[in-house]
Amino acid sequence: MKNLKKNFAEISRYPSAVFGLFIIFLLVALAIFAVVKIPYSEAVRLWRGGEDVWYMNPKNVPPAWFNTFRKTRLPESFAIKGGEEGFTKTVTPSSPDTSAIDFEYAFDFNYDVYPQELMLYFTSTYQSKNPFVSIYLITPDGEELRITDFGISARQTYRFSQDEKLIRRLVREKRDEKPMIGLFSVPETEPPVPQKGTYKLVINGQTFEAGSDINVEFVFHGQSYGLAGTDHARRDLMVALLWGAPIALSFGLLAALATSILSMAIAAIGAWFGGWLDELIQRITEINLVLPFLAVLIMVGTFYTTSIWTILGVTILLSIFTGAVKSYRAVFLQVKESTYIEAAKAYGASNFRIVFFYLIPRMIPLLIPTLVSAVPAYVFLEASLALLGLGDPVLPTWGKVINDAQSNGALYKGFYYWILEPAVLLMVTGLGFAMLGFALDRIFNPRLRGI
Amino acid sequence: MTQDTQAGVLGVPKKKTTSAFARVARFMGIRAITLFFTVVIGVYTTILIANMGGYVDTIMRNDIRERVNQRVAASTANQNISAETRRQMADELIALEENRLGLNTPFAIRSFRYLTDSLQLDLGRAQNMVSDNGSRTVRNIILERLPATLLLMGTSQLFLFFFSVFIALTLSRSYGSFWDKLVITLSPTSAAPPWFYGIFFILIFAAVFRILPFGGMVDAPVPDNTFDYILNVLKHLILPAGSLIISSLFLSIYNWRTFFLIYSSEDYVDMAKAKGLPSRDIERRYILRPTLPTIITNFALLVIGLWTGAIITETVFLWPGLGRTLYRAIGFFDTPVIVGSTIIYAYLLAVTVFILDFVYVLVDPRVKVGGGK
Repeated sequence: MKNLKKNFAEISRYPSAVFGLFIIFLLVALAIFAVVKIPYSEAVRLWRGGEDVWYMNPKNVPPAWFNTFRKTRLPESFAIKGGEEGFTKTVTPSSPDTSAIDFEYAFDFNYDVYPQELMLYFTSTYQSKNPFVSIYLITPDGEELRITDFGISARQTYRFSQDEKLIRRLVREKRDEKPMIGLFSVPETEPPVPQKGTYKLVINGQTFEAGSDINVEFVFHGQSYGLAGTDHARRDLMVALLWGAPIALSFGLLAALATSILSMAIAAIGAWFGGWLDELIQRITEINLVLPFLAVLIMVGTFYTTSIWTILGVTILLSIFTGAVKSYRAVFLQVKESTYIEAAKAYGASNFRIVFFYLIPRMIPLLIPTLVSAVPAYVFLEASLALLGLGDPVLPTWGKVINDAQSNGALYKGFYYWILEPAVLLMVTGLGFAMLGFALDRIFNPRLRGI
Repeated sequence: MTQDTQAGVLGVPKKKTTSAFARVARFMGIRAITLFFTVVIGVYTTILIANMGGYVDTIMRNDIRERVNQRVAASTANQNISAETRRQMADELIALEENRLGLNTPFAIRSFRYLTDSLQLDLGRAQNMVSDNGSRTVRNIILERLPATLLLMGTSQLFLFFFSVFIALTLSRSYGSFWDKLVITLSPTSAAPPWFYGIFFILIFAAVFRILPFGGMVDAPVPDNTFDYILNVLKHLILPAGSLIISSLFLSIYNWRTFFLIYSSEDYVDMAKAKGLPSRDIERRYILRPTLPTIITNFALLVIGLWTGAIITETVFLWPGLGRTLYRAIGFFDTPVIVGSTIIYAYLLAVTVFILDFVYVLVDPRVKVGGGK
């Protein structure tokens, strides 16, 4: 025990070990934060919820902090409901049955890139006569652009870019045929330049029944979103980046712990009892060498289930009987002959006691570096399987984000942030454990001392 | 690359016998039999996994039913036939297809047929896969992809092996130097697998600078003269081979360097140094000689490892190799192709291990055949 303490004191002499420990500490903190901030069910809902959850997010845009490093500023996304701060809603009854409901919202647009899309989500209540709305956009130079007018149903969505009539009108007014460019440009510039300043969205509604009401939500899809950006399904990548941490850590740590402890226990049992048991363990190890490891995992993933816990189980099962059993066995065979074991035998200690209390503890210094160094391999294994499309069906993981990005041609289309964010996190995780593992190996392995 | 590989990958039961010849013959016999049974059990396990205990049969049956029903429904020639006859027709086609895939024989029998056929290297015909030139035999499917895999894995692994052994020897001579420390510092980078570096390489060289292709093995249209063709393939080879190399380069150098350092701290090396022998001689006779079994083992395992290809790296770079074929075979539930790939690897491994036992005797006078450790 004292020896162990001394060894840990020695860790502080290795800057890489300290750095590795620091990274691991940060990751654990991130993982705990993720689980506390976004509970499991909430994470699954945010990641798999569907259009209801993601409608406010733009598609495939980089994080908002990109603007700090860019010359051309990317518009940020926002969503606001009528009646909320700044989005005024005024109801003026004109007769017992009819009333005018007007919405007005002024927003600053000081960006160099056009927004992705503007949307209005109307909800209204009425008996038989549906309300009617007219929509206008007032540009910073004071021009009033008529967008559209139509009768609305109980739930109605209006997307600016998909309105054919608006497109035709913009072309007629010699503006660009793409509504976002047509609406947000300085007039008569070629090539079009975004017009900066304060825009005003005006919605004039009219109801034709007593008790009829209109409500609206204005969703502005910019070209940047949040801290991590979004993917092709408008999902906030932050959810996956945060939740990837606890999943990667638990997968890596559980797999490394289980395989190294089980291999060691099996090697100890084989070395202690010898005979047919030892022989059997040796043969199983050899058969395991013949089995194609990755192919077996892919088969389980393809034919059976891609649940991360099943994959973890199979991974552990396949990684127990490997070369590690052989090298542990060789050391145990030496330890078995030492005098303290003989003494234990002499006073009649049980086999169980000798194996688990005398043999295995002796190997812990050897176990720790192997365990820590094995973690990155399993973290990356999970990512590798996800890259082949065998990621967990429910949970968001780093590997699955990379897989989504790969299969949607992120590199080809220039969405580098999409791949880089999870990749950097994976790399940092791998490096943290690998650096600590290397240092531990040099501390605990007497043969490497001084080399 | 650990020490234990030196003692041979597979353990040997030891027995005392009188004559040297009898001992060698007995050893060879036992060894061959154990290895054969290892291969048999390993391959049979793979067959069982490839079928998931009958589960895959159900998937395939449903798959056939859906395909046939769709085909019968879609065919315009069947438009005026009554529903009854059409159903009969579909049932007949389903029975035919199930018969072709052997689904009407129980899996227990089928699995042993797969096993005995594959042990005789009779790889048979693929169930759903077709090679690019239209052949259905597993042999052709595998042979067609073998050159691509050998090119990619061969260049990267051979370069990796010789380069890292060479650099490691140089570093072990001057340990503690700047380069030595640099390698130690960089060795944790090998925690990331090749495909990971592959993605970064694609990002830098293909997406940003646009100087190398995103993936594939040759441009379309294929260059018509041989010289251009070779140049084109080489251009496509740089990124995948580069990522395979870089992902294990530093760890590999580090491991070899540590390994050589352990051997060069032996007493007899100090003795040789004290005698004033030139360092070249010390390296050749006192360091390389005792480490030769490990070097050979690693090299042999590397060569047979070429066979398996790199499933994920090939997927990322769309390289038409064996790893990718195996992955596609799993997607098609194509047991013959999966088993074919496994049995060849198993045989290569068994034969290599068998031969290595004799090579150890040749290169290391301390080892005797059948003498155990």
